[in-house]
Formats: sequence, structure tokens, C-alpha cells
Amino acid sequence: MRVLVIEDDRETAQFLQRSLKESGHAADVATDGDTGLAMARDGKYDVLVVDRMLPRRDGLSIVQTLRQEGARTPVLILSALSGVDDRVTGLRAGGDDYLTKPYAYTELLARIEALARRPAPEEIVTRYQIGDLTLDRLSHKVSRGGEPILLQPREFRLLEYLMKHAGRVVTRTMLLENVWDYHFDPQTNVIDVHISRLRSKIDKGFEKPLLHTVRGAGYMIRDGAD
Amino acid sequence: MTALTRLIASSPFRLSLAYLGAFVLVAALVLGFIGWRANELLTTQVIETLSAEVTGLREQFQVGGAARLRDIVADRSQEPGGGLYLLTDSTGRKLAGNLPRAPFQLEDGRGGVFRYRRTSDVPQRKDRIAVGVPLAVPGGYTLIVGRDIEDQQQFADTLWKVALWGIGLLALVGIGAGLLISRTVLGRIEGITAAVRTIMAGDLSSRIPVAGMDDELDRLSASLNDMLSRIEELMGALREVSNNIAHDLRTPLNRLRNNAEEALRNPDDVATYRAALAKTIEEADELIRTFNSLLLIARLEGRAIAESLTQVDVSAIVADVAELYEPVAEEAGLALATKVPDGVMITANRELVSQAVANLVDNAIKYSADAPALGEAAPERKVTIEVIPSGALVDIVVADEGPGVPAEDRQRALQRFVRLEQSRSAPGSGLGLSLVAAVARLHGGSIRLEDNHPGLRAILTLPSEPFARVAEPTTSSALTLSPAAERAAAIASG
Repeated sequence: MRVLVIEDDRETAQFLQRSLKESGHAADVATDGDTGLAMARDGKYDVLVVDRMLPRRDGLSIVQTLRQEGARTPVLILSALSGVDDRVTGLRAGGDDYLTKPYAYTELLARIEALARRPAPEEIVTRYQIGDLTLDRLSHKVSRGGEPILLQPREFRLLEYLMKHAGRVVTRTMLLENVWDYHFDPQTNVIDVHISRLRSKIDKGFEKPLLHTVRGAGYMIRDGAD
Repeated sequence: MTALTRLIASSPFRLSLAYLGAFVLVAALVLGFIGWRANELLTTQVIETLSAEVTGLREQFQVGGAARLRDIVADRSQEPGGGLYLLTDSTGRKLAGNLPRAPFQLEDGRGGVFRYRRTSDVPQRKDRIAVGVPLAVPGGYTLIVGRDIEDQQQFADTLWKVALWGIGLLALVGIGAGLLISRTVLGRIEGITAAVRTIMAGDLSSRIPVAGMDDELDRLSASLNDMLSRIEELMGALREVSNNIAHDLRTPLNRLRNNAEEALRNPDDVATYRAALAKTIEEADELIRTFNSLLLIARLEGRAIAESLTQVDVSAIVADVAELYEPVAEEAGLALATKVPDGVMITANRELVSQAVANLVDNAIKYSADAPALGEAAPERKVTIEVIPSGALVDIVVADEGPGVPAEDRQRALQRFVRLEQSRSAPGSGLGLSLVAAVARLHGGSIRLEDNHPGLRAILTLPSEPFARVAEPTTSSALTLSPAAERAAAIASG
């Protein structure tokens, strides 16, 4: 996957470049808005990581310009502004996700990977399957090994989100944002408890666990050895 | 002198001067017009009377000729009153009458005003004024019939003088009153200016004097005072934030630095390094969390997001939070019960209200989970979440059956960073309740803590229309934590 990082702080930009390389991705860096926009226009990038405050041209303007030109490359906006309104402005400008500084690299990586494999809008998946676990998005039915599993509505959405991003790390914040639509950080790790409940429903009694905890990062649904 | 020049240059004085000028001008115009008209009218009347007399005399002449006319004129000249007569022949010689000679003003043969000196025995010091009509009598005679209007004229003159004096006096009194009013108003405005200068010099607690007259100046002062209170409040909040940052971020920052330093001092042992780095990240995360909460509270108190309020379903918000925490409560051995009526709508920020309710529920679970058991016979401990709409307000009540908070500590519990002694060991930044208080204030609501017998009952009250409250900001209940009270408590607690 090729990522373009538009970030004016050189040290941060280089840190991201190195880290993304270590994670097996290619990353280019632009340190000002104009260069960033030019590179985003002719490079074939899978994801753009755009800082909001940049010299010469600010991040939101880059995203707006690209969207006006019809580019649909997923954009993750990085910002030091964390207000609810700031997030809304960022997403309204055409950003696909919004991450507030300071962030953990694992969080950034999980979000970049989630964005990169976002299915095209016309592609509607109605059924997810991981191993012997299936989830039907139309009938809201879940079963494992042919056995139906009864889930609460929220548990269904939680599993749906995890399965949509199967094989990729999903962080607690991503779950809070996408399953609960909360953009704050609850004091207690509420997500862990919800996951353990879900796990007891889908993994308990089966030989091979599907829902894995990724230390220091989040969770992942995956069919394969631990 | 400078005081007087300042007074004269003041806008109230200039205004009253302009007002006075306009008044005097109009009064003079009206009076002048009335005077002129009255004079006209009187003169016309006199001339009409004279014309009638002249007609009578002409008839006498036709009957009795010049001799008879002369007799009548001589007769009438002797009568007391204002009648004036003069009969002359073609050479201009006086035949009869009480006028010494024909006044030149009447030489053109038309009636009008003239001046004369009476030929009576009383010596006249000055000319008197009269109205006369000349009449050419056949045979070259000229008859002048007139009326003395000196008295009328003097009356008119007196009237004029009175009017002038009156206007003069009026102007004088007006200027005086203007000066007086200006001095009063100016005095009050100067008072406001002086107070504002004191405040600008740094004494933010000083206030503008209110005269207690409930006029527009008082209202202006009151509004300025309200503004000052708000500014002081914001400044206080800002100062508090910086103090808190200093206090509560420096210590963990220092800890973080110590860890790194210690790891560096040790001989190269990869395991130690790794442990130190992991701890550093952990501490940094904790710092970020605290910092974010602080920033959010500061933003809320600055009302920076007041515009992002929309119609939200508070029932759904509370139900969602309950659902989020239900497994946590269960794991902690607590029952989470909800009493939430459907579809209670308020104008609020969904995210912030969710976060506030989440903090309350989080606290309720955290503090009642590790409380000692209620006893063998007692049922499972409960955390209850209720939504109670009452008129224009909605109460969101989160009650637990934990150890509660002693009455004297309740106010303090709502302050930033205050974590009560017995809960020092529990995790959290200590900002949970202050955030709830800030959210409540932003929405024009309140948060209060009560005894749940046993446990704590936190009541978050939100108005359904947050900006309908602007009218009565001073009538909040005693239990409501006002920012000023909070600050006072903060100062009191050191």
C-alpha cells in the first residue's frame, strides 16, 4: 500500500515514513500544502494522511480541492484541534477519518489500513464470512458452524464492523466511533467488556477462536492460527 | 475651568443647548407672528372706525357746507379721548382741529400711521403715534381724521418686552438646567469611566457603580457589570486551567522524565529499557487524557461550542449510555436499572450530554463496585439511571448504593481535579465530575449531588431550551453550583 504523508513537522513525517515502512507499506512525504497537493494529484496513493495546519496551503483546502477534482482517494486528517465542531468541519471538507494529535502509531496504522481497503461505494456486501462464522446483513442473522447465534443489536453491529475489517486491527476508539458513534474517551475500558461478551457468544465452545486481542492496539477477527 | 469646558463640551449639554435653541427660535417665531397679526388687526379696526367717521363728516359737509364741518371739527377736537382732527383750506391754513399741522406721512392722500405732537396745553415731551385718514373736501379743503394709538402701541411694546425677557429668562434657565443635567449625567458617566479605568488597570473584581435609579445609565452599568463578571469568570477559569496544568501535569511530566533518566543511567539492559519505555508511553497516554479533559472543560466554559446544539432525544442518549455500561456494571457485580420514558427531546449537544452521563455512570459503577457488601440478606447493589422530565427541565438522575459522598464534600467533588480522600486509589484523572458540571453549565443546566440512602445521587438538570434561560440568570437554586460559588469553594479549599 502506498501512503502519502503531508505533514510539516519533518521529524513526525519521517517517523511516520519509517514506521509505515516497517509495517510493510510504502510512504512518501510532503512537508508543505502545495507540494502535498501536487504529489497527491499525480501519485497513485491508496491513502493520504493530511495534517490540518500546513504552510502555504492548509490541509482542509487540499482535501476540498482533490474532492472537487473528483479524486476519491481516502483521506485521514490529522489535527491538533479536537473539538466536536473541528471534527465535523474536517469530515465535511471531504476527509474520511479524523485523528487528533497526539495519537498512538498503532491507532494511525489501524485507521490507514481500514481506509485503504474501504470497498467502493457501489460494492454492497450483504454477507460476511470468516471461517465457519457467517453474518447476514439483510436478515441480521449470525451463525457459526451452522448453529444460529443470538446477538443483541449492538453486539450485531460490533461483530459486523469487526468482520467488515476482518484480518485488520480495529482499535477501541474506532469501535467507539463507528459502532457507538461516540468521539470521547470513556474513563473505563467499556469496549473490552463488550468484546469479551461478544467473544463468549461467538468463540465459546469452539476449538478455534476467531476474535483476537492485539496487544497494545485493539482487536481483530481472523481465521487462522493465533 | 477645565471642568467647565468639559461640561460645555459634553454631549448632554450640547444636546440641551440645541434643544433650547430650537425651542427659543420656534417660540420667537410664534410670538412674533401673533404680535404682528394682533397689531395688524387693531390697526385695521382703527382705520375702519375712522372711515365710518369720515363718511359721517362728509355727509355733514354735504348738508351744512364748510362752515358746519369746521364747527363739528372744532367741537369734536375739544372732546376727551383719542380723536384727532385737522381741517385746512386750499392754502394749507388750519381752520380747526387739535393737530398742529398736516402730518407729512399722509401727504400722499392715503390713510396710515403718523407721528404728531398735540396742541393741547399739556406740554408734550415726545411725538405720539396715531392712525389717520385724509379726506379731500370739495372747495380745496382737506380734512384729516385720526385716532391716537400711542397707548395701544405702548401696550404692544410692553408685550414685546415681556416676551423678550421671557425668552431670555427661558434661555438662561435652560442653559442652567442643561449644565446641571450635564453635570449629573457627566458625573455618572465619569464614574463609569473611572471604574472602567480601574478595571483596565488590572482590578477585575471592581465594579461599575449603579445609582439605583433603574434608568438607561443604570442598565448600561448593570450590563457592563454582567460583562465584567463573565470576563472575570473566564479569566478565572483560564487562570485555573493554567494553575491546574502547572499542578497536575508537571508532576506526571516529571515522573515521566525521571523514568527515562533512570533507564538511561542503568547499564544497557534491554529488558529494563523496554520496561521504562513502555511505562513512558503509558504515562504519556495518561497525560494526554488529562490534558484533553482539561482542554475540553476550558472550551466548554468558554462556550466555544454553544452553537453546536441541536434537538436531541435525551431518552435515546441515556439508553445508549446505559447499554454501553451495562456489561461493565454486570462484571462489577452491579445491576444497572433504567427508568427512561420514551422520546424526551431537548436542545443539546449529543456528544457532550453522552459524555456527561457516561462519566456519571462510570463514577457510580467505579465507586459502588468495591464498596463493602451490604450484608448477607441484602440484594444485589444497584445503579439506577432515570430521566425525569418536569416542565421546561429534564433531570437525568444517576444513583448508586456505594459509600456516597459526605454532605460537606459534595460541593468540592464537582471541582476540577478534586478526588476525595477515600477514592485516591481509584483510577481516573479526577476530572469526571468537573466535566459534567461544565457540560451542565454550557447547556444552562446544573449538577447537584444528594444522598441516596445509601449511596450518591447525582442529578444532572438540563433545560429543554438552553437559551430560554437568558432572562433570569441570577435566580438559580441554592444547590446549583454557580461558577462563582465554585471558585469561592476552590479558594476556600486552598
